[in-house]
Amino acid sequence: MTTLAVAQRRLPRFGGFSPGMIGLELRRMLRNRRTVIFTFVMPAVFFLLFGTGGDYKTERIGDGNVTGYILISMAVYGAMLATTSGGAMVSIERAAGWSRQLRLTPLRPAAYVAVKLVLAMIIGAVSVAVALVVGAFAGAQLPATAWVFCGLLAWVCALVFAAFGLFMGYLLPSENVMQILGPALAILSFAGGLFVPLDTLGHTFATIAKFTPVYGVGEIARFPLTHDGNLWAAVLNVVVWTALFAAGAMWRFRRDTARV
Amino acid sequence: MTLTDTAATATGVAAVDLDGVVKRFGAVTAVDGISLRIRPGEVVALLGPNGAGKTTTVDMLLGLSQPSSGRVQVYGQRPHDAVALGLVSAVMQTGGLLKDYTVEETVRLTAVLFGKPATAVGEAIERAGLTDVAKRLVGKCSGGQQQRLRFAMALLPDPELLILDEPTTGMDVAGRHEFWSAIRDDARRGRTVIFATHYLEEADAYADRVVFVRRGRIVADGTSAEVKALAAGRTVRATWPGATEAELTAIAGVERTEIRGDSVWLHGNDTDSIARYLLTETGARDLEITSRNLEDAFLALTADEETAS
Repeated sequence: MTTLAVAQRRLPRFGGFSPGMIGLELRRMLRNRRTVIFTFVMPAVFFLLFGTGGDYKTERIGDGNVTGYILISMAVYGAMLATTSGGAMVSIERAAGWSRQLRLTPLRPAAYVAVKLVLAMIIGAVSVAVALVVGAFAGAQLPATAWVFCGLLAWVCALVFAAFGLFMGYLLPSENVMQILGPALAILSFAGGLFVPLDTLGHTFATIAKFTPVYGVGEIARFPLTHDGNLWAAVLNVVVWTALFAAGAMWRFRRDTARV
Repeated sequence: MTLTDTAATATGVAAVDLDGVVKRFGAVTAVDGISLRIRPGEVVALLGPNGAGKTTTVDMLLGLSQPSSGRVQVYGQRPHDAVALGLVSAVMQTGGLLKDYTVEETVRLTAVLFGKPATAVGEAIERAGLTDVAKRLVGKCSGGQQQRLRFAMALLPDPELLILDEPTTGMDVAGRHEFWSAIRDDARRGRTVIFATHYLEEADAYADRVVFVRRGRIVADGTSAEVKALAAGRTVRATWPGATEAELTAIAGVERTEIRGDSVWLHGNDTDSIARYLLTETGARDLEITSRNLEDAFLALTADEETAS
């Protein structure tokens, strides 16, 4: 009888969050050439263009060279791009009506968001790894611990941009959301001292820069190399921005699931 | 599944139970008090013009929207739970597919979400007739192939109830035919099917039961045969000044009558004998005989009062 038919049917565990889904999503993401270029190739190319010229390889910073310093900045930039575009995938999927289709499956909205976050962090990790490998062959010098910890911190702190990407993905119903977010991230990177050192920008600007979202991630990621700057201010920056973006994403996400 | 259905019928659990369902969007009432019970195994067409409230009703059955008032149950469950358990699935009109997945990956993802084994993937692809295009990107598939992909996805949880919302919109004749033969083969296995359509032929050819919806209300509900009967027969129009209702209904073979000014309309199956009677026994003249079809029945039942002639 029907109760039996119902009893035989089970809901998936973890609301549908599964390695199978992550694997398929990952494969689809890597199929997108623009994503691959944006997140894996571009940061490495930027590093080669801006980080390996002139005296950078001989000039020292902390226990490494300037090339190494710029490498970490570019790894942060890559991780940012990767996690943002990972989060922003929801925008495309909403535009295509895929989110609606997924609501005809046992996948719970929270599990969907969790899958997107994991994906964002996976490609973020790949992006950082690619940058570090290129850097190692292109003359970046860092102490062994800095190789490990700078990379790890660049990756972990990029979580703030996974939240940012999700927020924007729910906010902007565009198919080309990354065309807006790409330039936005570039501007934020300048403002946060990722592309040029803040002290070259003048006092006022350097003060404002400390409140922008990229600043904290950059400072933290480079700390194992530089042992310089106000680490706690940087941590506070990352925590506050993560909280803000996560709250924004939550707010839009609630509206999105309540709407239909 | 047959066992399930039989038992469910015996215990009286309806596949679908809508009770006084109303859905308002601001000032607009899209569904205006629909009550409907559908038994397991029925193939039901939800027929009506655009904007009649079919899609809104389907959305509520799937838990995609909540009724403003009234109750919706699917196999005794709240729609959202029925969907999550895979008791009900749907083929929606448009959208719902990602262009950069292949056909096979899309089905595989659905299988993963429903916790079905990998073998179910090939099976669903085969039953939807997609084996040849399994490796193709969804964005490169034709409209008909995409619709069959939606069908394959809907089959995966092996639902008790399959809902199709205007499933053949935008398909050519061949695509429509292929799609319906796939659905028909499937329905033979005893699945409950509800499809919303504004194609009369589809309702006529594939449904056991037809529910006419107009302006958010059910205006007729019957078997296909009853619907055909509704549409069958012909009409004799004649000029007959001073005819009375009683005179008209007394004529053998007349089922319904209508008097407007000097004109009378007589509906019946044997219009020849009605015409013969009118010409020989009465003063009626200027006879015209027209046949009624499903289209007329549809129009009569679904047209707005204001615009009805």
